[in-house]
Amino acid sequence: MTLVKTKIGRRAFIRNTGLAGGGLVLGFNWLASCKMTPEQVNSMPKEWFELNGFLKIGDNGLVTIMSPNPEIGQNVKTAMPMIVAEELDVAWKDVIVEQAPLNTDIFTRQLAGGSQSIRQGWEGLRMAGATARQMLKEAAAQAWEVPVGEITTSEGVLTHNASGKSAGYGEIASAAAGIEVPEEVELKEQKEFKIIGTDRMNVDGTKIVTGKPLYGLDIQREGMLIAMIVHPPAFGMKLKDMDAESVKSMPGIKDVFPIVVYPEDAEKQWSDGGAIAELAVVVGNSTWECMQAKKALQVQWEEDSKPESTAYHDEALTELLNTAPKEAARKDGDVEAAFKTAAKIVESTYSAPFLAHNTMEPMNFFAHVTSEKAELLGPIQTPEFLEMTLVSVLGMPKEQIDIHMTRMGGGFGRRLYGTFAVEAAVISQKMGAPIKLVYTREDDMTQGTYRPSYKVRYKAGLDENGNLIAWHVRGAGTNDDLIFENRFPAGAVDNYLAEKHSLQTNVTTGAWRAPRSNFIAGAEQAFMDEVAEAAGKDPIEFRLELFDRAISNPVGNPEQNDYDPERYAGVLKLVKEKSNWTNGTSGKSRGVSAYYCHNSYVAQVLDLTMNGDAPNVDKVWCAVDCGIVINPLSAKNQIEGGIVDGIGHATYSAMSFKDGVPEQSNFDSYRLIRNMEAPKEIETFFVDNGIDPTGLGEPSLPPISGALANAMYKATGRRFYKQPFISDKPPLVG
Amino acid sequence: MATFTLNINGKTQEVDVDPSTPILWVLRDNLKLVGTKYGCGIAQCGACTIHLNGTATRSCMLPISSVGNQEITTIEGLSENGDHPVQKAWLEVDVPQCGYCQAGQIMTASALLEQNPNPTDEEIEMVMNGNICRCGTYVRIRKAVKMASKS
Repeated sequence: MTLVKTKIGRRAFIRNTGLAGGGLVLGFNWLASCKMTPEQVNSMPKEWFELNGFLKIGDNGLVTIMSPNPEIGQNVKTAMPMIVAEELDVAWKDVIVEQAPLNTDIFTRQLAGGSQSIRQGWEGLRMAGATARQMLKEAAAQAWEVPVGEITTSEGVLTHNASGKSAGYGEIASAAAGIEVPEEVELKEQKEFKIIGTDRMNVDGTKIVTGKPLYGLDIQREGMLIAMIVHPPAFGMKLKDMDAESVKSMPGIKDVFPIVVYPEDAEKQWSDGGAIAELAVVVGNSTWECMQAKKALQVQWEEDSKPESTAYHDEALTELLNTAPKEAARKDGDVEAAFKTAAKIVESTYSAPFLAHNTMEPMNFFAHVTSEKAELLGPIQTPEFLEMTLVSVLGMPKEQIDIHMTRMGGGFGRRLYGTFAVEAAVISQKMGAPIKLVYTREDDMTQGTYRPSYKVRYKAGLDENGNLIAWHVRGAGTNDDLIFENRFPAGAVDNYLAEKHSLQTNVTTGAWRAPRSNFIAGAEQAFMDEVAEAAGKDPIEFRLELFDRAISNPVGNPEQNDYDPERYAGVLKLVKEKSNWTNGTSGKSRGVSAYYCHNSYVAQVLDLTMNGDAPNVDKVWCAVDCGIVINPLSAKNQIEGGIVDGIGHATYSAMSFKDGVPEQSNFDSYRLIRNMEAPKEIETFFVDNGIDPTGLGEPSLPPISGALANAMYKATGRRFYKQPFISDKPPLVG
Repeated sequence: MATFTLNINGKTQEVDVDPSTPILWVLRDNLKLVGTKYGCGIAQCGACTIHLNGTATRSCMLPISSVGNQEITTIEGLSENGDHPVQKAWLEVDVPQCGYCQAGQIMTASALLEQNPNPTDEEIEMVMNGNICRCGTYVRIRKAVKMASKS
């Protein structure tokens, strides 16, 4: 046990007495349609006692733990409560998990993004559990008139050995709720963990496999109408006029109108990226009827800014690569001088297209806005920022706005930009009725906050012994400058120059799973492979030499580098061993890659055989250093998903534009990886180092396109510079 | 609008909708059976998969007028207590990430095993190829189908 001050998350411990002892609190009422089984009803406590904002204990020992952060498939809804339960010292089978609504008085950073939920929630979640446990111990000590220090806990039971007294948490919960929040609490040592580090099934698993309503799109309410929008057909266009009357009489249609979602004086947040100020709206009784009216609706659009095409973006990005920016992002030594003395120079350019997020559940949101209050419910990664925008757009104080998060059918960054929720609120306000805004797949895909398109050029110089003496990287992206100048190999090369450009475009872009890293990692690691080959060295040994340099004699101020070369080298060595790198697999072509992002380290080895032009990935070995792993079962799932996602998008996916019009609008034109194209096997190995947990949802994605490109080179003798590696149209299925 | 009598999950249900309405929206909007998901509307992603007389069918392009009295099974009706071997395998392997596509995956897998109780790895991949999982749980999906086939 470690004694720590309860300085973090103090706000969470200001108890909401309104809830304490308030009896059974069911979830938000639409969830009431998920009937509990008789066993569940019988086992429900008669009374709940709230010990802090994160948890309440029932009189029968059941514990409800709130999961504060939005759930997008990264499985924080299981992992975050596991951390609370660990420090509370309760049996996991006695835990019920509920999704917390947005509550900035209790919780901090209720956001799904940057793989930070566990890392940034870690201390607060532990405190929440440990504080409640301490309060239970204090209450038991008072009841039994024994020193609190002599009381122990285990799996929801308090025990005083000397007197032989013992009680379940449920028996003491009422008294514990009246105990002062302790000034300091004991936290467990890693070796004492019973829940953290063990495999626990997804808490929503049963509901998912039985088709229970969980997602925003599943929301049903009495009197609820369906709303759909028509957005401009091209980037650079805006609404001019519409013929609402001709579709108003269509079956099931309630109203058709233009609407200003964002007035000119609206105070927008970063989460309003991609906002469209004015839209055409169809409101009706059912989704299908709205779809028909939407198709029939005639809307006139006018040019707002110059429409752009992919060919233009490509040319403009190439021009930027040929132009030195005024200032370097980072400069160590003198690359130009070093290139003059280099025995060998390698130079390559890599590119990648725009990508859509394509969450399987299209954008949607439920809103019921009246003059008294605004109730919002749906899939959103940034509820706190949504609330700020709604204050401005609805002209309503924060206290009158309630935001609840549903489980989300994928996020990948798309639902950081909650403009659809703002649209739902504004439409509900105008209609004076509860509405559910539904995007069609086409709406969703053609109104993206896309992953930017990128280009990057690398130039490396080697001396006569194959040592890397100079590294020059210049990158450019649409609305994004791509380069992390202080990441590897910065600090490992004497002469280093990083330069970056951003090309302003009117195609709206935003964060897409592992922003920037999702492209730059694969490009860098593919280039590293070329350089290692030119140096006549094994690709892993070549990288390890560079890490040795960064460890023993770093270039520049090592504090400036945002990676730890020992942990980086650690995952490479681990994957080297596990994949039996030195011997390889007979008949397979093999590539390696490693990257650091979201505070975690990942190294991968990939084996493939080629099936014509297409890679057939036989196996991926993946070594991960993300500190303590909360739930290995689902952590491996995240790693596997990131690998499949990374291979899929690098190999098959692209978004392109012609005069501002998206050329892909559904899965018959936008290709996503399918079952047959996914690796046959993925094996994940975690480094067990006891370091506080770091990111997991994103880090396995970025490097895999490098390992894939390197293995494809081994198989074909060709380097793959341009994503997607295969530009065929999707095969039609069904 | 017209009245249709449907046979869904062993029960007779009557709905009054436009004959062109796809079964997906009848299930979701009219009958409040929301386990069947909307993903693409063009039968390319598989999220809306149901069983029509036991065959895996995309409900998003299946107009109600074409169904007649054929037996419709949705994820809600696949088993009484969520204990179909495929559902159990899905839980044991802990397949879902976001979970949105999984009802469709399970309906495709359960129809496959009904027709072919011991599919080869290649047959599993080929049949499951019609269902997109954006989270990339394909490796676990295959493993769960294999596990269910052995139970």
